[in-house]
Amino acid sequence: MEKWYLMTIVVLIGLTVRWTVSLNSYSGAGKPPMFGDYEAQRHWQEITFNLPVKQWYFNSSDNNLQYWGLDYPPLTAYHSLLCAYVAKFINPDWIALHTSRGFESQAHKLFMRTTVLIADLLIYIPAVVLYCCCLKDISTKKKIANALCILLYPGLILIDYGHFQNIYNSVSLGFALWGVLGVSCDWDLLGSLAFCLAINYKQMELYHSLPFFCFLLGKCFKKGLKGKGFVLLVKLACTVVASFVLCWLPFFTEREQTLQVLRRLFPVDRGLFEDKVANIWCSFNVFLKIRDILPRHIQLIMSFCFTFLSLLPACIKLILQPSSKGFKFTLVIEIIFCNIIFFLYHFRPVCLVLSEIPFMSTWFLLVSTFSLLPLLLKDELLMPSVVTTMAFFIACVTSFSIFEKTSEEELQLKSFSISVRKYLPCFTFLSRMIQYLFLISVITMVLLTLTTVTLDPPQKLPDLFSVLVCFVSCLNFLFFLVYFNIIIMWDSKSGRNQKKIT
Amino acid sequence: MAALTIAAGTGNWFSALALGVTLLKCLLIPTYHSTDFEVHRNWLAITHSLPISQWYYEATSEWTLDYPPFFAWFEYILSHVAKYFDQEMLNVRNLNYSSSRTLLFQRFSVIFMDVLFVYAVHECCKCIDGKKVGKELTEKPKFILSVLLLWNFGLLIVDHIHFQYNGFLFGLMLLSIARLFQKRHMEGAFLFAVLLHFKHIYLYVAPAYGVYLLRSYCFTANKPDGSIRWNSFSFVRVISLGLVVFLVSALSLGPFLALNQLPQVFSRLFPFKRGLCHAYWAPNFWALYNGLDKVLSVIGLKLKFLDPNNIPKASMTSGLVQQFQHTVLPSVTPLATLICTLIAILPSIFCLWFKPQGPRGFLRCLTLCALSSFMFGWHVHEKAILLAILPMSLLSVQKAGDASIFLILTTTGHYSLFPLLFTAPELPIKILLMLLFTIYSISSLKTLFRQSFTVATQAGVQWH
Repeated sequence: MEKWYLMTIVVLIGLTVRWTVSLNSYSGAGKPPMFGDYEAQRHWQEITFNLPVKQWYFNSSDNNLQYWGLDYPPLTAYHSLLCAYVAKFINPDWIALHTSRGFESQAHKLFMRTTVLIADLLIYIPAVVLYCCCLKDISTKKKIANALCILLYPGLILIDYGHFQNIYNSVSLGFALWGVLGVSCDWDLLGSLAFCLAINYKQMELYHSLPFFCFLLGKCFKKGLKGKGFVLLVKLACTVVASFVLCWLPFFTEREQTLQVLRRLFPVDRGLFEDKVANIWCSFNVFLKIRDILPRHIQLIMSFCFTFLSLLPACIKLILQPSSKGFKFTLVIEIIFCNIIFFLYHFRPVCLVLSEIPFMSTWFLLVSTFSLLPLLLKDELLMPSVVTTMAFFIACVTSFSIFEKTSEEELQLKSFSISVRKYLPCFTFLSRMIQYLFLISVITMVLLTLTTVTLDPPQKLPDLFSVLVCFVSCLNFLFFLVYFNIIIMWDSKSGRNQKKIT
Repeated sequence: MAALTIAAGTGNWFSALALGVTLLKCLLIPTYHSTDFEVHRNWLAITHSLPISQWYYEATSEWTLDYPPFFAWFEYILSHVAKYFDQEMLNVRNLNYSSSRTLLFQRFSVIFMDVLFVYAVHECCKCIDGKKVGKELTEKPKFILSVLLLWNFGLLIVDHIHFQYNGFLFGLMLLSIARLFQKRHMEGAFLFAVLLHFKHIYLYVAPAYGVYLLRSYCFTANKPDGSIRWNSFSFVRVISLGLVVFLVSALSLGPFLALNQLPQVFSRLFPFKRGLCHAYWAPNFWALYNGLDKVLSVIGLKLKFLDPNNIPKASMTSGLVQQFQHTVLPSVTPLATLICTLIAILPSIFCLWFKPQGPRGFLRCLTLCALSSFMFGWHVHEKAILLAILPMSLLSVQKAGDASIFLILTTTGHYSLFPLLFTAPELPIKILLMLLFTIYSISSLKTLFRQSFTVATQAGVQWH
């Protein structure tokens, strides 16, 4: 069959699933006075439309920052403005200053969902399609299957279309994906431009910046710092600076503006325990009340240090030996680690390696969806989450036959196990072990889901289930962290060994 | 790990397709549902709370029981499961009751009953021989047929959004067709008889069954030139067929015969007072007829040929279900529609009798009967187009000519179902699903027949 027919069908399936999930309720529906993130997005449209640019990030009588103040970079604000113009065209009541607070109606819900779908369609989905088409060394059928699995990833669908928290994730992630695509295919300027746009849309993308930086730096070094490499470096620097200036132009006029925006973007006094989510501090907290021992800014500094240190080996390797594959894996590690330390919904980079290690990627993505469970249950999204997870799982299983790909070589652990066998000759059971771990993990997740849904937590420990989910997810993530680090490290070793031989 | 592989259905594309569409159906649960939802809730209530003697007399709700007794028994069995979900839905007085549990139960019951449809599709796929065509899985006729049937757009939106129980009924029909292909005629006849007593709309295709069974089953052999050999008539077969039909009917209508309620049952089953066209016009011949009548009446009024006082007040386009007269063209009676339908199916019936071509010929005749009845029938619902589309799918993966006709039929047929979903949130769904199905059917059939032209001199593959 022609490739584009199949790809169209895959995209249509992705869109259908997204829209049907969006028919469900959203966060904060019918819950005054603060409602939820849906109201936040509506409020931002109201603010950006009615107030001049200078007042967007400032507290004023018209703009109460306590009530969902704007805390994303300027590109989000521009996007909200665009949506507000459309809203004004359809029904001005939706964005009337002050009076539209807590506005909820069927038509408005339709409008908001449509904006998400359109943003997805324009930015994220083309990135996915192009990314899958540019994958090397795999058949057309596998490329299309890859696209299907990525588009069916439940985490993004449920957050953007169901829960409606931090929506338009697809926009920032789409830009980031364009960035990855550009950089992997040697369109460096385009890639870095796209990535800057991503950062300017949601500051969370800064987490991805380290691998990007190291990879591009590595490329420059490879080209030779005295010649082409230096030129490339300068071009990249200009692109980055230019894109930032363009986005922040209205806010560069005064120093106070810039500072205020930065203060809104990085509220260092908010702490790390917002919502019990899959991060290591929550898990530690079970055993050791860290929250009470360490003051907040120390926690923050420690987190940053941990992140930086853990990424150091992978990043150094990336600088010395820039490769597309290494870049992808570093991104993955980075994201897993950041998710453990901080709180993120960004598991998308793992989709990037879906085609190379289908088994582990599928497992990881399942765990990542599972870790969102407490949040989804709060919004009555049990049915869509179960259905989309199963759909994703079936798609991965049939597309990649993942259960047949659990041998050592397939898991890219061959060099690792060879090294270990030098010390422990009986270490032949690695793939078996991993299969069993997978089984245990899945069974635990299913059981925990069932218990959370059917039983009530005991009175003394009302958050028991959330914390358990948190804990289990964290364990899984640590395992993946170790695994992906092993891949990178041993890949480099075998690479170096081969170079020595030849 | 091997057990998990089997359990996960790795490599078993049919299970993946069936599971995939089931998951999609689950996602469609919160969508808009039509009054048919209340219809079925009412029937659950009637069959659960009232004795049999009351079933066809009960009229508290406007949605009275108008399906044959087997369907009533089916609702009765369902109601015993329903009481664990929400007891309140089984109260006849609870009109328009639709709690979230009721919704969940009804939707799940449709999804669950589709198991029969999945099984029937599986059996139909067995009847196709696709060895001559390419090795790629997605280009095999079996795969294409499975997708065309399991993911059929019309069935999805009628059953899982609009809300009806067509899935398992079409499953019964496809299963009986498959049995006829597998030369298990008695089973096929039995299944069709049962189907008739579930939903009598399948009477549209009964002539095809009757003629085929008589000609190709009761006459056990043909003369060398294919014409009928009268002395090969088998009384045993005729009698056994008759017995099967009689027994099924007795089981279905027997209790009502004993209660002397047959006339009432028939008046419910065949409500001729409902008018020539359904509230939403089925795109059949009478729609054109009505349209022409309207145009002529407008012209007539403008040119003063007609007296405004003579124009009847009831309007065809008012969306109501009622009887009325035409203004310019002669009015149409149920008998007239019957005659038109019979004339339309006569050519195919003749072919089936005089030049039988085995099961494939039967299938063609069946599709033509369904289409003719759709075009000329009395009070046809637009959903009835599915009766022609689904059997045609079986023909479409066999011959290129059939495939092109199928594409025209299915695209227009599905498009004609659009008015069923008129709410804004469902608009993207129906467009996306329609695009999905149309693009898939066109591209897959095109690829299938492009391949077979290069492989065999004569296009198409043989049935068993």
